[in-house]
Amino acid sequence: MTSTDAEPVAYPFNEATALTLSDHYEDIRAAEGLPRVRMPYGETARLVTRYADARLVLGDRRFSRAEATRHDAPRQSEAQTITGILSMDPPDHTRLRTLVAKAFTVRRVEKLRPDVRELAEGLIQDMIAAGPPADLVEDYALPIPVGVICRLLGVPEADRPRFRKWSDDALSTSSLTAEEFEASREELRAYMADLIAEHRARPADDLMTALIEARDAQDRLSELELIDLCVGILVAGHETTASQIPNFLHVLLDHPDQFARLREDPGLIPGAVEELLRFVPLGVGAGQPRYALEDVEVGGTLVRAGEPVLVAVGAANRDALRFDDAGRLDIARADNSHLGFGHGVHHCLGAQLARVELQEALRALVLHMPGVHVAGDIVWKTEMLVRGPRSMPVGW
Amino acid sequence: MSWHVAVDREVCIGSGICAGTAPEAFRLDDDRSHPVAAEIEPDETVLDAADSCPVLAITVHSATGEELGPRP
Repeated sequence: MTSTDAEPVAYPFNEATALTLSDHYEDIRAAEGLPRVRMPYGETARLVTRYADARLVLGDRRFSRAEATRHDAPRQSEAQTITGILSMDPPDHTRLRTLVAKAFTVRRVEKLRPDVRELAEGLIQDMIAAGPPADLVEDYALPIPVGVICRLLGVPEADRPRFRKWSDDALSTSSLTAEEFEASREELRAYMADLIAEHRARPADDLMTALIEARDAQDRLSELELIDLCVGILVAGHETTASQIPNFLHVLLDHPDQFARLREDPGLIPGAVEELLRFVPLGVGAGQPRYALEDVEVGGTLVRAGEPVLVAVGAANRDALRFDDAGRLDIARADNSHLGFGHGVHHCLGAQLARVELQEALRALVLHMPGVHVAGDIVWKTEMLVRGPRSMPVGW
Repeated sequence: MSWHVAVDREVCIGSGICAGTAPEAFRLDDDRSHPVAAEIEPDETVLDAADSCPVLAITVHSATGEELGPRP
């Protein structure tokens, strides 16, 4: 047999302070079978790095997320951080997902595009008016998705400093103890419960009101599910996009020929966003292990029932068996079925909204700040599940 | 009364949500989804899948041609 029966290797591989994909992945992808890896906490897992294997594990009902809550799941921090809809299987998962899916279809989010464009262009004007340098994260990348998700869900944007900390804690891989993590989560739940009470008293035209209606009039979800769904949408609704905006700019500045092409032809922006979603490995490593419910053969390894599998989408997105010249950034790449938003029932709920935000964020930069460049030291988030600058000083 | 299920493959992005939600009704090949059978017995989970499609590529019609899914 192959190295897959060897001692488990320490995981994750990627450095927190860069956007590169660890070289380990290439060796593993090329080798037969699925190696065993050990994360800082929890039991050992099988690691999937190939595109076809990733689609199988993410898309097949024989692999369960709910089962992870009944095991010592592999994870980066002491606390079992992922709860709610991401830890459910159909049909429970379907019940909650269908309640919110409508708000995030392409038809609905395209209606938000003019607002997103206006928001992005306004923020550029503010930065230009204030003069360089600006912090691309604080002054641009955060306000766009925060503004959009707050309006959509019905959360006051002025509360950003409050939920920023809770959101950071929710996605932290740091030295937070399980108790500290739990305390922070309860604070965020209490905050959301207050907002839900306000919405019950004064219904509004927003997603929170629609979810309250689904609970109170139709009993389609529990009170805790309602709270956790709103918390999940708020956190997932801004953190990843806020990280990817500076990440995308960072990668484009690293590929000046591609950036120049984009400036010459902004019509390439939608395709460029897809290519950047493929090219940038957002996570430090794979998370959200899937547990095999029965024995399943994956990539030359028989995964046994009860074994967890981690899917490294960043590595799968560079699989040469699926993508020509997979390691090269090509903003005009055709047939780009990347796994940047995942795959299967847990495919990112907000994918279409994220696309609109990322396209509009990139468009406003390219059109109105074409000379944008890094003007100081980037401070990277360390100790977070998603990678990206905490601050990125820019000039233009 | 059977239902008619269709997936617009020009619109489909291959998210895999439908095949995960209703594996008996949808399958993926070449990164895109298609119905396992165009005519099916009425099945709530197929409507769930149509509702969950992020690009609204799935349509479900009744035998009389009434659009049942995605639901408004």
